[in-house]
Amino acid sequence: MHEWALAEAVVSTVSQIAIREGLRRVTEVRLKVGELQQIEIEILRFALSELKRSSLLEEAEFIIETEKAELRCRVCGHKWFFRKNEVDEDVAEAIHFVPEIAHAYIRCPKCGSPDFEVVRGRGVWLESVEGVK
Amino acid sequence: MADPRVSVIEDRLKKVNRVLAVSSGKGGVGKSLIASTLSLMLADKGYEVGLFDIDFTNPSTHIILNAESVSPTEENGIIPPRVRGLKYMSIIYYSSGHVSPLRGVDVSNALIELLAITRWGETDFLVIDMPPGIGDAVLDVIRLVKKANFLIVTTPSKLAFETVRKLASLLLEMRIPITGVIENMKMRESSFIQEQVEKMGLRFLGEIPFDYSLEEAIGDVNKLLKTMFARKVKELAEKIALQTLGD
Repeated sequence: MHEWALAEAVVSTVSQIAIREGLRRVTEVRLKVGELQQIEIEILRFALSELKRSSLLEEAEFIIETEKAELRCRVCGHKWFFRKNEVDEDVAEAIHFVPEIAHAYIRCPKCGSPDFEVVRGRGVWLESVEGVK
Repeated sequence: MADPRVSVIEDRLKKVNRVLAVSSGKGGVGKSLIASTLSLMLADKGYEVGLFDIDFTNPSTHIILNAESVSPTEENGIIPPRVRGLKYMSIIYYSSGHVSPLRGVDVSNALIELLAITRWGETDFLVIDMPPGIGDAVLDVIRLVKKANFLIVTTPSKLAFETVRKLASLLLEMRIPITGVIENMKMRESSFIQEQVEKMGLRFLGEIPFDYSLEEAIGDVNKLLKTMFARKVKELAEKIALQTLGD
């Protein structure tokens, strides 16, 4: 239930932003969730709905958008997408906990290099927070 | 807009009383052996101790502790498994010994992830085995682990100490607490390191003579605890416990 830890991080960050911006209540939170981390969206959504109770986020709607994980080789420039079904279950799970560990298992399909960057779609990212002052 | 993970790190470390970041400017000075043995000695004194290996590209404490058959459990995050009484966390659970070539941005991201999801619980000392140098990991520990105290390891070599001088200067400039400096692998009488350390206004915690039996004890904790090295680390652990808990 790694998603709970990340949901706590989201609620904590949004609360801090709301206080900083002087919001009395938060109405909408937009999250981007990268496919590399393979977050179970329904678990994340459930955790957020539980954790937001009795907080400034109580009435907030969470809009969660998933983002494909695009990788780019730093050696040959080749770009490709991470697909969970192309790696072993154990590897997928390791990447779920620490996405950077992809560098231990994934190689550029064109030149074989482990030196690639995650252009987009790594993990959970807070896009916007809206509320009422 | 924002990385949500960062804001929860302080909360994750709320119940950790002291953080000791075992560091050095150079590799090969004995950081991992000192971090591991120091953790064992503090635990032996009855403290609740966590050991966190953040040398992500070259972790080695799992070899010292023979901790290759354990793995963390999931419970609203990650709970580190117990190894010889220590709460032990390492990237090795996920890399499984594969080479992990990480650039700076990846090191930062992996560290933020593990700090954000690991639940240490009530802990007297969290010992961090740092990678060598003044890179992303050091800067991130300074940025994210506000209660970190740096424990610096050097050898008698002028080359090692030169890198330690730079690390210590950075920490002093940034007003980051330094527990003190340990001189490891001492092979002959010399007060050079102690004098240099004290000249910088730092505490010289003590010296550990070069121990030829140590290599044999790697991976065998019972053997490790019987070495002269471990006896010296025990003395240092007592000093560090008194000093840091008294601060």
